[in-house]
Amino acid sequence: MLKIRNLDAGYGKLRVLKNISLHVKPGEIVAMIGANGASKTTLLHTVIGLIRPMRGEVRFLGQATGSTAVERIVASGCALVPEGRQVFAPMSVEENLLLGGFILQKEQGRAEVLKELERQYELFPILRERRQQLAGTLSGGEQQMLAMGRALMSRPKLVMMDEPSTGLAPLIVRDIFQIICRLRGQGNTVLLIEQNAKAALGIADRGYVLEVGKVILQGPAADLLANADVQRAYLGREKIA
Amino acid sequence: MSLDLFFQYLFAGLTYGAIYAIVAIGFNIIYNTTGIINFAQGEFVMLGGMISISLMEFIPLGYAIAAAVLVTMGIGAVIEILFIRWLESPSVLRMIIITIGISILLRESALHIWGESIRSLPYFYGNEITTFNLGSVHISPQVVWVIAACAVMMAGLSLFFKSTPIGREMRACAANRTAALLCGINTRNMVTLSFMLSAGIGALAGCVMSPITYTQYDSGASLAIKGFTVAILGGLGNSLAAVAAGVLLGIIEAFSVTVVPLAFQDAIAIAILLLILFVKPHGIFGSSEAARLKDF
Repeated sequence: MLKIRNLDAGYGKLRVLKNISLHVKPGEIVAMIGANGASKTTLLHTVIGLIRPMRGEVRFLGQATGSTAVERIVASGCALVPEGRQVFAPMSVEENLLLGGFILQKEQGRAEVLKELERQYELFPILRERRQQLAGTLSGGEQQMLAMGRALMSRPKLVMMDEPSTGLAPLIVRDIFQIICRLRGQGNTVLLIEQNAKAALGIADRGYVLEVGKVILQGPAADLLANADVQRAYLGREKIA
Repeated sequence: MSLDLFFQYLFAGLTYGAIYAIVAIGFNIIYNTTGIINFAQGEFVMLGGMISISLMEFIPLGYAIAAAVLVTMGIGAVIEILFIRWLESPSVLRMIIITIGISILLRESALHIWGESIRSLPYFYGNEITTFNLGSVHISPQVVWVIAACAVMMAGLSLFFKSTPIGREMRACAANRTAALLCGINTRNMVTLSFMLSAGIGALAGCVMSPITYTQYDSGASLAIKGFTVAILGGLGNSLAAVAAGVLLGIIEAFSVTVVPLAFQDAIAIAILLLILFVKPHGIFGSSEAARLKDF
């Protein structure tokens, strides 16, 4: 579904991603873990087209996306739930969701958008209760659900999530990850980027470990969870042999 | 001051205030989608007046105004496509200087086409001396036209932004441009649209005010300053506050003639602008917190 080969990308002259290769297959959850400044967000921004690759290529559904406009990449079925939620704060919850359905409306008409809206309200019942409230007045967890719902409104083939657990209480983080699990159950494909390595690898099929712009480890999520280096660096557990 | 005179000034203030508010809303629409101040906004008003006056020779008044609005919207779109659209993440300062350049370009073109002569549309109803009386206050029907046209435009705009999908998408761009992109919205088209919309309402204001204020190739510049003052006074980007601020400035100006000579009227707007920029740069209705998030 998503294939990245030998990708370099960055800002201006600064190269922050170095020789990244990874792939995501349909129907799986892939977790990308790494500390602050490991360039995880840069990677997602390159996939969605906000940043252009300097070298190497990104292929989504077999198409190279190196010079495709963001809105085209989104229209082809790739959705990003951005870091820090980025909801439309002065607009109502329902308006936020309808805006997420922009692509769907263009391609399949209003009836499908309303059907999809109903599905999001079933997935996130709290959003139905708050539908007329301004998005900026929601709590952090509710905003995260709104951002996820908004991205799902386009019926994406691949959902990328950038740090969905940032700044949320542990109980809410659990809810969010349960919802991500449920998304896979419905046939979605998820690329999840997280600092919370334990939670992310706990629900993922496969994982990649990113450190200062390079992939240093990859493999099945269970193997990574058991890996001594990962445990020491990201799970705060030192095994004394 | 007699009560009659008081109301006479009040209506004059309301008329000018409505016009300033429309110019300020034009500023706000573009500011909200791009983060820049379009200093060519006053020129759109001038173009609306000039084009409709020229078209009056060939077609009736109503059609001339409609055509002038459409032509000015076209000019707005062309300007955005030629000068703004292709810029790759330009700085705010650069874009502002570009709009100042555009305003000079438009003004000089107008001078070339229409010359220095002062023109005006005929009164829509009656003539210069037609008045109707409200109690003992004499009001020109054109004043009613101006206030009504501005009120209809404001109502139309707020309906457009609140309840049409395109209006919603434009507000989304204003609220968070990256997120709008991630929804698949073509934000560049929204910027073009905001230039067209600003040009259109500016041109319509230029038509209805032309019989009272007259139109000249350089009449846009002073309007831009007044409109900018009002936009800042209300708090940039806040169109409802712009209406209140516009009426406030119009009334202050109208009543100022009782204190200072008429020639100083423009100085008052500029004095208010400076005062606001020094004391409360986020506007009387804006919050300082929101202002800190803005680019300037």
